[in-house]
Amino acid sequence: MHGFANPKRFLEIARWLTPLLLVSGLFLAASALAWGYFVVPPDRLMGETVRILFLHVPAAWLGMGGWTAIAISSIVFLVWRHPLAGLAARGAAVPGLVFTIICLATGSIWGRPTWGTWWVWDGRLTSMLVLMFLYIGYIALAQAVSRDGGSSRIPAIFGIVGAINIPIINRSVVWWNSLHQPPSITMGKSAIDNEFLIPLLVAVLGFSLLFGGIVLARMRTLLAEIQAEARLRRKAMASN
Amino acid sequence: MRENLDQLSFVIAAYAVGVLATLVLVVWSWLSMKSAEKRRDEVRNK
Repeated sequence: MHGFANPKRFLEIARWLTPLLLVSGLFLAASALAWGYFVVPPDRLMGETVRILFLHVPAAWLGMGGWTAIAISSIVFLVWRHPLAGLAARGAAVPGLVFTIICLATGSIWGRPTWGTWWVWDGRLTSMLVLMFLYIGYIALAQAVSRDGGSSRIPAIFGIVGAINIPIINRSVVWWNSLHQPPSITMGKSAIDNEFLIPLLVAVLGFSLLFGGIVLARMRTLLAEIQAEARLRRKAMASN
Repeated sequence: MRENLDQLSFVIAAYAVGVLATLVLVVWSWLSMKSAEKRRDEVRNK
């Protein structure tokens, strides 16, 4: 793992891995959405709205997965002082926020014809909304620290503390009465028919690859900005 | 009483929101990465 913490080695790998992840992710995600829209039959209870789940479920998974990545990278950053781990945490923030917003928006659009309401203040929806605000707070904090030269440990600690919300989101449908359905897929078990499950898994895989590609692109952006800044500072010092 | 809503229009709206947001995110990430790396290389070669 320490070998990959070298920015030069990271760039060697990221240069070919970023487009590969983005193209394969786009292909798989688009195929799964087309499969869900044109091939999968309407559900007995949900009707046509079941098709929304091919977008909503991967978005929910990546919204939570993004923050889990922030928390793990932050721990690595604080314990081993790997600067790339700090960049990985920052790189996961914007895509994590966008997928959380997609999850909330598609869930709301699904809820209107299915539950008869756009929104309810139950455990699952509220904790997901809290996750969105945590992302916004993290991005603002990381930007402020990078601009004003504060300690990078502050957003890392925020990322670890915010991870408390992830098990709350996951268990919310079990702990509290909710309109939201309980988990359909648990460890090794699925209550979903294969006709729905297979395109759903393809969608999750496709969007996950896409997420990985976006995180790498964000990390490369942040790294290039830091390198350009450092070079300019060295030149300014040398000319004085 | 159950409302008679056209379910497919909700599906299309959800797909439009999700696909558009994902595409904007991919394009923005790619372009900002290219622009940042170009600027770094320019600074390096100055």
